[in-house]
Amino acid sequence: MNTNSNSYTIIYASVMVIIVAFLLAFVSSSLKERQESNVKLDKMKQILTSLNISEDELKQDAEAAYTKYVKADQIIDLNGNVVAENGGFEISSKSLNDEEVSQVPLYVCSVNGETKYVAPLYGAGLWGPIWGYISFNSDKKTVYGTYFSHEGETPGLGAEITTESFRAPFQGKQLQEGGDVKISVVKNGKVTDSSCQVDGISGGTITSKGVDAMLQKCLKRYANFFNK
Amino acid sequence: MDLFSKKNKETFFTPLWVNNPVATQVLGICSALAVTSKLEPALVMGLSVTIIVALANVVISLLRNTIPNRIRIIVQLVVVAMLVTIVSQVLKAFAYDVSVQLSVYVGLIITNCILMGRLEAFAMQNKPWESFLDGVGSGLGYALILVIVGFFRELLGSGTLLNFRVIPECLYVKEGGFYMNNGLMVLPPMALIIVACVIWYQRAKNPDLQEKNN
Repeated sequence: MNTNSNSYTIIYASVMVIIVAFLLAFVSSSLKERQESNVKLDKMKQILTSLNISEDELKQDAEAAYTKYVKADQIIDLNGNVVAENGGFEISSKSLNDEEVSQVPLYVCSVNGETKYVAPLYGAGLWGPIWGYISFNSDKKTVYGTYFSHEGETPGLGAEITTESFRAPFQGKQLQEGGDVKISVVKNGKVTDSSCQVDGISGGTITSKGVDAMLQKCLKRYANFFNK
Repeated sequence: MDLFSKKNKETFFTPLWVNNPVATQVLGICSALAVTSKLEPALVMGLSVTIIVALANVVISLLRNTIPNRIRIIVQLVVVAMLVTIVSQVLKAFAYDVSVQLSVYVGLIITNCILMGRLEAFAMQNKPWESFLDGVGSGLGYALILVIVGFFRELLGSGTLLNFRVIPECLYVKEGGFYMNNGLMVLPPMALIIVACVIWYQRAKNPDLQEKNN
């Protein structure tokens, strides 16, 4: 058969594309459920990590741990009023950056009998989006824990925001004062006020700045809640 | 048919060192820079590329007599893109942690020159089994260079290997010691220099590879 004729080429290309399209559609739809539950489970783990829950406990059964610690996933409006007791989990963190969205999620949790709140964060790093969760005490003034992650920051540099050594210093820092976000990330070694500033990553300046901007921007939406 | 004949063994082993895709053919340099500042992503990337080159080589080799010559590159690209998408979907469903770690790199495999190079140069002319061996060999050759580069960059740049601390914390300047990490190691230019050192060593060992001075 002449494999170089025009008609053969066109038919070959069309058939190939149809087969590939069907295959990909099939794979995508048959794996969708698993992928979604993975994403959900991962989100739960992220929230719990920001509450300083140990990794061992998360490895065993993250879903059980989530129901144990997270009491409600509230939706609050920008005035700080609770709109709904449940459903905050369904709101994507991305929407925090959308000025028009007026409802934000807030997780009410209980760790060792103490009430903690968790707020989501979402921003931009150097190469792509970065996100995280920040938990704070019931006085709404002190940071209790953090979780950060990223899509494609440079390994060894910006990607270090996920490490314990970057996250740990946040604990105990001042979160806000009268609705103004106090917690901030500064250039490595330039901490002047250790009550609310955290060292950035040397060599990962843009990512560190991204974390700082993300904290400012996202937590600002909780300003009225902080003042309540 | 002898599955492991001398020729087949050669097909498998030459890309590992003598005809290494990165060091000799100078393909796939771009990703060798991007993913090697730590050893772990380098390992996973090397492994994923190996799997995908091998599979793509087999698929193209099976189709080789039917592919119209004028659109062969497009056909190769579609096959590679399909395999990469399927692999990343499967990872998302069954190994979510790994897929999060690899993030954008999985997609980047599509643009890896080694894939197109092997498909065009080998799979289009050879039978599936030989193509499979060639794919695995080339993938492992690529992985080898990545691991060498990743090893030195992580050890000297971060003082760790696979995130385990190798250089004791107490030797560092900030803990009162004398040692400092080499910050240049984590930046991409250093990968080029290490690759160059590997090429230097490789050519010193194999005089056949050296260019003739006219």
